Amino acid sequence: MKAIALSIPFLPAVAGVIALSRWRRIASWTGVTAPALVLVGGAVLGLFVAKGEVVEVFDGLVRVDALSAWMILLIGIVALIATTYGVGYMAAEVAQGHTNAKGARIYYALVQGFVAAMLVAVSTDNLGVMWVAVEATTIATAFLVGHRHTRASVEASWKYVVIASVGVTVAFLGTVLVYFASRHGSGATMRWSELVSAAGQLDPGVMRTAVGLLVVGYGTKAGLAPLHTWLPDAHSQAPAPVSALMSGVLVSVAVYAILRVKVISDLTLGPDHLRVLLLIAGVASVLLAGALLLAQTDYKRLLAYSSIEHVGLMAIGAAIGSRLAVAGLLLHMLGHGIAKAVGFCASGDILLASGSTRIADTTALLSRRPATGGAFGLALLALLGFPPFSLFASELAILRAGFAADMGWAASLTAAGLLVVFGAVLVYGQRMLLGRPVTETSWGSDSRATMVVPLAGGLILVAAIGVWMGPLQPLMEAAASVISS
Amino acid sequence: MTDGALFRFLDFAVGLSLVCGYVALWRRGLVAIVKALAVQGASVAVVAMLMGIYEGHVQAVVAAGLVLVVKAIVIPRVLVGVIHRTLEYREVEPLVNIPTSLLAGALTTVIAFIAGRHLVALDASPATRGVPVGLAVMLLGFLLLVFRRKAVTQVVGFLMLENGVALVAFLTTAGLPLIVELGGALDLLMAVLVLQVLARRIVRQFGATDLNQLVNLRD
Repeated sequence: MKAIALSIPFLPAVAGVIALSRWRRIASWTGVTAPALVLVGGAVLGLFVAKGEVVEVFDGLVRVDALSAWMILLIGIVALIATTYGVGYMAAEVAQGHTNAKGARIYYALVQGFVAAMLVAVSTDNLGVMWVAVEATTIATAFLVGHRHTRASVEASWKYVVIASVGVTVAFLGTVLVYFASRHGSGATMRWSELVSAAGQLDPGVMRTAVGLLVVGYGTKAGLAPLHTWLPDAHSQAPAPVSALMSGVLVSVAVYAILRVKVISDLTLGPDHLRVLLLIAGVASVLLAGALLLAQTDYKRLLAYSSIEHVGLMAIGAAIGSRLAVAGLLLHMLGHGIAKAVGFCASGDILLASGSTRIADTTALLSRRPATGGAFGLALLALLGFPPFSLFASELAILRAGFAADMGWAASLTAAGLLVVFGAVLVYGQRMLLGRPVTETSWGSDSRATMVVPLAGGLILVAAIGVWMGPLQPLMEAAASVISS
Repeated sequence: MTDGALFRFLDFAVGLSLVCGYVALWRRGLVAIVKALAVQGASVAVVAMLMGIYEGHVQAVVAAGLVLVVKAIVIPRVLVGVIHRTLEYREVEPLVNIPTSLLAGALTTVIAFIAGRHLVALDASPATRGVPVGLAVMLLGFLLLVFRRKAVTQVVGFLMLENGVALVAFLTTAGLPLIVELGGALDLLMAVLVLQVLARRIVRQFGATDLNQLVNLRD
């Protein structure tokens, strides 16, 4: 088990190095093998830690509990979808002249580095190392966002790097202050598990400042309103598979960091301290996403705002903090991650075919591009929470938990926001899928099989999880008990 | 060195870093702003070294060397390189004029001292007394980030923010675990290199690094 836990972040790192080498033909496929192996390793670890065990190596430098295993699975699944799809996507980008062979090599290497950094962030016990890994994700994705070298993508990547780095620096100050508090408590430590067991001895005054800084800092990275401004730009400018990873998992990794902080905060300062902050940010995110989706003209930005909405829901789930809410939050991370990855990948195919990201230019998708158009439509339905997709169950769980925990006002406001999102996405989705074609120009042949299969697989998986959790059930419950005591 | 002398040096270095923050806010020449950043980086390194000696941590002395190389030498050189390559030497029209910026700076310093009193209360040692200055340096960096328009000045603002956090870290804990220090330094260096490449791309696409031009993406 220790060897598996230790090797997980190394798999994509090795694949990244291979991508930089001269073996171009195998580079793209080793990039697919690495996430597949991560997924297998995550599944083995998941079966083991679901019984309440914890795998620890090197004094907690690597520590995998049920929550970490859940995140490893999420990263593995989304990375597998994004990298499999990415092989065909990059080949098409090169063929259309948006990038060259060197650009493609750098792309493959950075994607693997990005995945490796996320895996380190979720499988360490050291809050400092987690911070280093989260900052590393910003660096790895900076050039990926600006991959096409256009004006818009340069602008998006500058704003992204500056805002995200400043946010994460604020989180660093929070981490330093937690260390300071522990030094005057039971002994200097940055290890999460030790901080949890010594939570009663941490100075509340220092911790109040530290926790606020940590949540603001990681909240910026998660794209919680009002710190979301970079997110729609970066997520809409990045190449489709990267958008899939950023929207599908990176925001959840930032929420994961907040969850770890919340456990310590709840023990030291009581659950009410963070609840208000997370509830306001969460409800604000859902409402803001609803308002900005109403007049959206760009389908990639549409998906990006939908991510802000779903992060808002996750924050609300964390704020409620009951067992039901936390289980709903974890299921929501998984369902949203997969559905959003499928949505972004399908949108990348639409962009390759049409050359435009405007909703008005990409009508009649179902007849012009049946496979990816259909996948795009189903992904939108999944993101709106239609059954049988698992987001139906998780959204319902979070809202029900809100009413049960006497936070009816927040749950009602959230439900109203969700309704607005529902209407807006349905109208625009319907226009794209079924609307009258603007031009008669043909889009050439349908997409390659390697680009359609991962999308179909992802959709089937979200629907399957919505119907039957199977072996994921005990892992989810074990992960929920890590957060809600 | 006696503790008294050590703390006098410490107070001097901490104060110097605050002065550098104000110098960056006051000057218009980009090279002068980068020089202020370099001096600030060196003073953070001195703080790290003195705290290492005081607490008897060899680790903190290693960290001080790392800070000196990264923050006082490598990063300023990279930034001066950007200035020479983009041929932009002055902050011509800052978003907020210089006197107002300095007044805002004074205000944020007061705020930093108010906000820092919880932290000083936990451990009223001569070192912890400097913590509010670290917070003030952070806020000055933040002002620079939002009040100025050139790419280089914004990067300096971000780095001063980071220096402020580093000051707080060294003053309160005499240095973090070495792996975190190393990772943090590597991240910082990479971030600056990324921003340097992006600044070059902005010049290629927009003709200048005036960040007010970056208004294409909005809803």
